[in-house]
Amino acid sequence: MIYGELGDSRTKRTVTGMARLLRALRLDGMLLSALIAVSLFGLFVLYSAAGENTSLWLNQLARIGIGFTLLVVLAQVPDHFLRMLSPVAYLIGLILLVIVAIAGDVGKGAQRWLDLGVIRFQPSEIMKLAVPMMCAWYLHQRPLPPSFRDVCVVMLLVLLPVGLVAEQPDLGTALLVAASGMIVLVMGGISPLYVAGGVALIGAAVPVAWHFMHDYQRQRVLTLLDPQSDALGAGYHIIQSQIAIGSGGAFGKGWMNGSQAQLEFLPERSTDFIYAVIGEELGLLGLIALLIGYLFIVSRGTYMAIQCRDAFARLLAGSIALTFFVYACVNAGMVMGLLPVVGVPLPLVSYGGTSFVTLMAGFGILMSLHSSRKLVG
Amino acid sequence: MRRVRVKDDALEQRMFLQRSLVAILVVVLITFLLVGRAFWLQVVQHDHYLELSLGNRARIEPLPPNRGIIFDRAGRVIAENTPAYQLELVREQAGDLEETLSHLVRFGLLDPGDVGRVRQLALSRRSFEAVPFLLQLNDEEIARYAVHRHELPGVLLETRMARHYPYGTIGAHALGYVGTISEEDLARVDRELYFGTGVIGKTGVERAYEKNLLGTGGYREVLVNAEGRPAKLPEGVDAQLKTRDPLAGKDLRMTIDIELQRVAEEAFAGRRGGVVAIDPSNGDVLVFASLPSFDPNGFARGITRSEYLALTENPDQPLFNRVMRGTYPPGSTIKPLMALAGLEYDVIKPEDHVYCSGSYSLPGSRHRFRDFKREGHGSMDMENAVMQSCDVYFYRLANTLGIERIHDSMTRMGFGLPTGIDIAGERSGIMPSPEWKKGAFPRKEQQVWFPGETVIVGIGQGYWTATLLQLAKATALLATRGQPHRPRLVSALVDPATGQVEQKKPEALPRIELKNQANWEIIVNAMVAVTSGPRGTALRVGRGATYSIAGKTGTAQVFSVGQTEKYNEKEVSERLRDHALFVAFAPAEAPKIAIAVLVENGGFGAAAAAPIARAIFDAYLNKAAP
Repeated sequence: MIYGELGDSRTKRTVTGMARLLRALRLDGMLLSALIAVSLFGLFVLYSAAGENTSLWLNQLARIGIGFTLLVVLAQVPDHFLRMLSPVAYLIGLILLVIVAIAGDVGKGAQRWLDLGVIRFQPSEIMKLAVPMMCAWYLHQRPLPPSFRDVCVVMLLVLLPVGLVAEQPDLGTALLVAASGMIVLVMGGISPLYVAGGVALIGAAVPVAWHFMHDYQRQRVLTLLDPQSDALGAGYHIIQSQIAIGSGGAFGKGWMNGSQAQLEFLPERSTDFIYAVIGEELGLLGLIALLIGYLFIVSRGTYMAIQCRDAFARLLAGSIALTFFVYACVNAGMVMGLLPVVGVPLPLVSYGGTSFVTLMAGFGILMSLHSSRKLVG
Repeated sequence: MRRVRVKDDALEQRMFLQRSLVAILVVVLITFLLVGRAFWLQVVQHDHYLELSLGNRARIEPLPPNRGIIFDRAGRVIAENTPAYQLELVREQAGDLEETLSHLVRFGLLDPGDVGRVRQLALSRRSFEAVPFLLQLNDEEIARYAVHRHELPGVLLETRMARHYPYGTIGAHALGYVGTISEEDLARVDRELYFGTGVIGKTGVERAYEKNLLGTGGYREVLVNAEGRPAKLPEGVDAQLKTRDPLAGKDLRMTIDIELQRVAEEAFAGRRGGVVAIDPSNGDVLVFASLPSFDPNGFARGITRSEYLALTENPDQPLFNRVMRGTYPPGSTIKPLMALAGLEYDVIKPEDHVYCSGSYSLPGSRHRFRDFKREGHGSMDMENAVMQSCDVYFYRLANTLGIERIHDSMTRMGFGLPTGIDIAGERSGIMPSPEWKKGAFPRKEQQVWFPGETVIVGIGQGYWTATLLQLAKATALLATRGQPHRPRLVSALVDPATGQVEQKKPEALPRIELKNQANWEIIVNAMVAVTSGPRGTALRVGRGATYSIAGKTGTAQVFSVGQTEKYNEKEVSERLRDHALFVAFAPAEAPKIAIAVLVENGGFGAAAAAPIARAIFDAYLNKAAP
């Protein structure tokens, strides 16, 4: 009705004007809208989770600004440049990881941070993007599905940084980095036999991995099996987060009204466990809304990957989209007691700059790859 | 043969599409799994987790009950609860604990000897908990705190109800005091009852009636965060917290007359000793004084180490309850009872005369038991023997009676047995007998009872020891002519909420029936002669009294005098002088009050102890009828 009164042409002009702007900026409107929507949802939840700490909320707002800026900037980078950059980024990342391993700052009892004087950052974050880039770069020049030799090389490319990250120890990031590389392999057409073999191998590796795990990592696994065994220690996180989610019910206790979150029973409520705050305050409804948002982002990302013009772009774009989902389901699984507690933030929602910025960088690259498809025949 | 593979983009594109579809399928399946898990937690298990979350947010904060108030027999308040300022330390806010402690010492808010105790107390609690360390601040301390407040981070001034004893030292041994609960105390009480209560009755009535005084604690649920700190939910959220009001303890009405007690204590004029006054008709303890006394407010206030040491290291032992824990040889005060036993066993008649030459020897022995009057009293009948306190008469009587009969009759009078007073800690003293001696000494040769030991029991010496309380009870028994009562300090419990009074009935003990009731009057008359007869040992005491006094003086030896020496008061150091004793009741014909007094190292009973009894009689019997 309103459109009718204003006149069709004007509405159409506004819409097409926006579309033109987006195309000029090499951005995908649907994906960008979904990302903004989920980020705003995250800010809304964080406001409650942060309690009286408004500076924390403002920090996150600033980081979201930085993240989206980076997304727009990276979307402008031509895909061949990204392709060229891949081995360089991988090498730099690997070197930085080694430096951290040798002389990293000790933060939270783990060596993850590299202090460059001006900024402190985690080289493992670079690897979240550098590893799939490298894998895609390696595979795109070779016929697919990859030969056994190529699979082995890619595995090596993935496991080298993963090993370094896991040793820091940062199991969560290591897992995500490994996932991003493996997804490239799977999307590259690796035989289902290899996948089955890999799963079998992982199964066989569990006792070996157990042997090499840090005590706190073993504790987390044991705690998952029986949280009550250490209710005030390692099991505390899981018990409290399940109480938070369960007590939220279908419709939640209301924004800012979650007693578990507001009374600080829920640990790390603004970072890794913010999913439980959503569950408690906004209920099942809130969780489903968030998951639908995620599902849309992944589907749209994958759809964009399918449209890409070459193997490098397809593999990298597919990996970025699907790894995003791995983030989400690892965090949700951990908070709901389905997976061990590994330090993985809830994508786009958890407080924490590095993770958000890295995600946005990934989506920037995804948009660049997607936009490049039309420019060259 | 090796196959050469080339890149086929169309094939790769098709394959990628396939894989993408499978991947999206997997993603959707996992999303369903996550939603399913959320559904399980939030819908199926919702009630369970809701209950857990409710339990998480409330902590119970105790509301301590008001301790019962204690009144004297005239309704005067002698123990009350007053709002008091106290200093509390919150370690977390103190920053540097050591610095705060040293500041407290410097500003005179903490005794240097208590630093260790306060540090331990603070470290034993959680860092955000307030630890009271100085209770009941006086105005000067409050002023000092106010001046230095900015230098004392984490030290808070709080108000709370604290025990206060308005009469201070007066009657402290009967009343007792409250103090901070110790580990020992916790071992004998139910910890639950003391949730939130910081003090417990330590001695006297405060301890004996602890259960009644304490009351029932209440509680209040407070919203807390995971660290147990008080928290606040955002506005408008109902926390549904429960509260139960505390129930105040019962008020007590004591039998003590605090003004009479004051008269008694002042009559000691700084000397050590004790006095008990009992209403013989019901066992009410009117006066219960042990001197020197102490200020129970010090304990209620949280006594400092140096204050406590000053009390325990004082050679006069102010904390020692001389009335029921001090055991002394009763001396001549028991002569009327001994005479009564002689009449009862029919071994002597009142008019029988015994010649006192100044000493007594057992047949066939050269050992001389000396009379305090060297030259002797001459010929003595019973009344004279009691009036003039002739030792020889009673040496002889004791020997005639024999230790078994003395033991039996004195045990009937309550010696060697607890009086059964309603506060804890009384001692029984010793009523010796051959049987007792067998148990008291380890070696065979020590266990033999010698006839000479019987002789000195006749004048209340030897192994015989008694408490003042026993002497007062026995005196009351003479006053009632045979009807003893269990002494008591509390006569009624009052519920402060309803005003309902629960009177405690006086507890009459089995009456002592004599073969001849007239014997009571013979003894009482002899005791009246002590204060009024021509040669009465306490003649001065009875002078000018508007009522008749039946009394008996006594002297308890602290230092033994050799066979040929003479005890010289001036030569013996003050601490080794005899204890002065006096027992009496008045009016003799219808007694209203019975008293036992002891002045430690006071010398002769009539001079030191008897005037104290007279002061009490006057104050009690001459006061306007209520």
